[in-house]
Amino acid sequence: MSISPIERAAATTPPGVARRVKGLSDRALAWIFVAPTILLLLAINIFPLIWTIRLSFTDYRVNRPNREAEFIGLRNYERILTDGDIWISMQATAHFLFWTIFFQVVIGFALAYLINKKFRGNDLWTTIIVLPMMLSPAVVGNFWTFLYQPQIGLFNYVVGFLTGADPSSFSMIGEVALAPWAIVIVDTWMWTPFVMLICLAGLRSIPDSIYEAAECDRASKWRQFWTITIPLVLPFLMLAVLFRGIENFKMFDLVVQLTGGGPGATTELTSINLKREAFEKWRTGYASAYAVILFVTVFGLASIYVKALNKVKER
Amino acid sequence: MSEARHGHRHEEADPARQKASRRILVRGPWEMAASILIGLGVLMLMQPFFMWAFTYSFIVLLIGTIGFIIVSHFPE
Repeated sequence: MSISPIERAAATTPPGVARRVKGLSDRALAWIFVAPTILLLLAINIFPLIWTIRLSFTDYRVNRPNREAEFIGLRNYERILTDGDIWISMQATAHFLFWTIFFQVVIGFALAYLINKKFRGNDLWTTIIVLPMMLSPAVVGNFWTFLYQPQIGLFNYVVGFLTGADPSSFSMIGEVALAPWAIVIVDTWMWTPFVMLICLAGLRSIPDSIYEAAECDRASKWRQFWTITIPLVLPFLMLAVLFRGIENFKMFDLVVQLTGGGPGATTELTSINLKREAFEKWRTGYASAYAVILFVTVFGLASIYVKALNKVKER
Repeated sequence: MSEARHGHRHEEADPARQKASRRILVRGPWEMAASILIGLGVLMLMQPFFMWAFTYSFIVLLIGTIGFIIVSHFPE
């Protein structure tokens, strides 16, 4: 007669431990297993969050630890929400968010549509397209600064070759008008594969029988695209948009490596601005209020994301 | 004691009131309203046109987000 792994484990448990465990209810055991995770979450997520909210109501400066923090109520929030520089930083973030999502969705969907067609070397192309997504944002930011160099950069050379313009006549990361587009191009290059993968999952989940039924009804390819493909891929696209939206709202490393927020503050996204307030100007209370505003924004967007996710699951 | 029991019975025997609250406190539309508030708050926060909209964006966002947390506990 064979012994099951559970029986074997029970046999090897020391009698003292077995007696103690035997006395515990299932509920108590569950709590024992979950407690370390809950404690860890409380220590590294919940406590810092509550502490940040508390600090946001004070004028605390972390570089002056001996100075007593004074409670100033909502003054930090009032200052942030009437600060023109932060408003400009929010606009830079909005520009970055809108255009990266737009390009990533359009190009990502188009690529997924092409990759979904069965052709030779399909898997190889998928791997090549997905490569940028696997690189570190810091590395990507660094090598794109070389690609954007007016004198030796490949990007300028290609633009010059295609348009006839002098490659050294413009600098993508040095000009106020071009720098916001420079970061959009790099993020699009890096993260379009991610949107493509989500769209591909959506496209592959559509059963062939629906298209076959549409063919029987003599529906044109155009009609099939708008009445079958788009509605069925839409939830996936929506998820991709929300996911990229939340990620890009927190964008930091790529842009810091690429432009450092410049020229001036043209590409200073909110996360970069926040880091400057907290660790360069050392206005900890002010930066905490700023962080709370960004947290509520991301949390709100995440709530809609979860709702959308549940809707997709229901389908 | 009997009054309390009577009151409890009275509450139970008020199906119209229960029906009305069940009809009003439905998750779907309230969740949609909270989502719209969150979206509006994000738009107000990031638009380049009106400073006043930027100033009041956080309060709209906060109401939307807290509202969303509350109404997501309403019955379907």
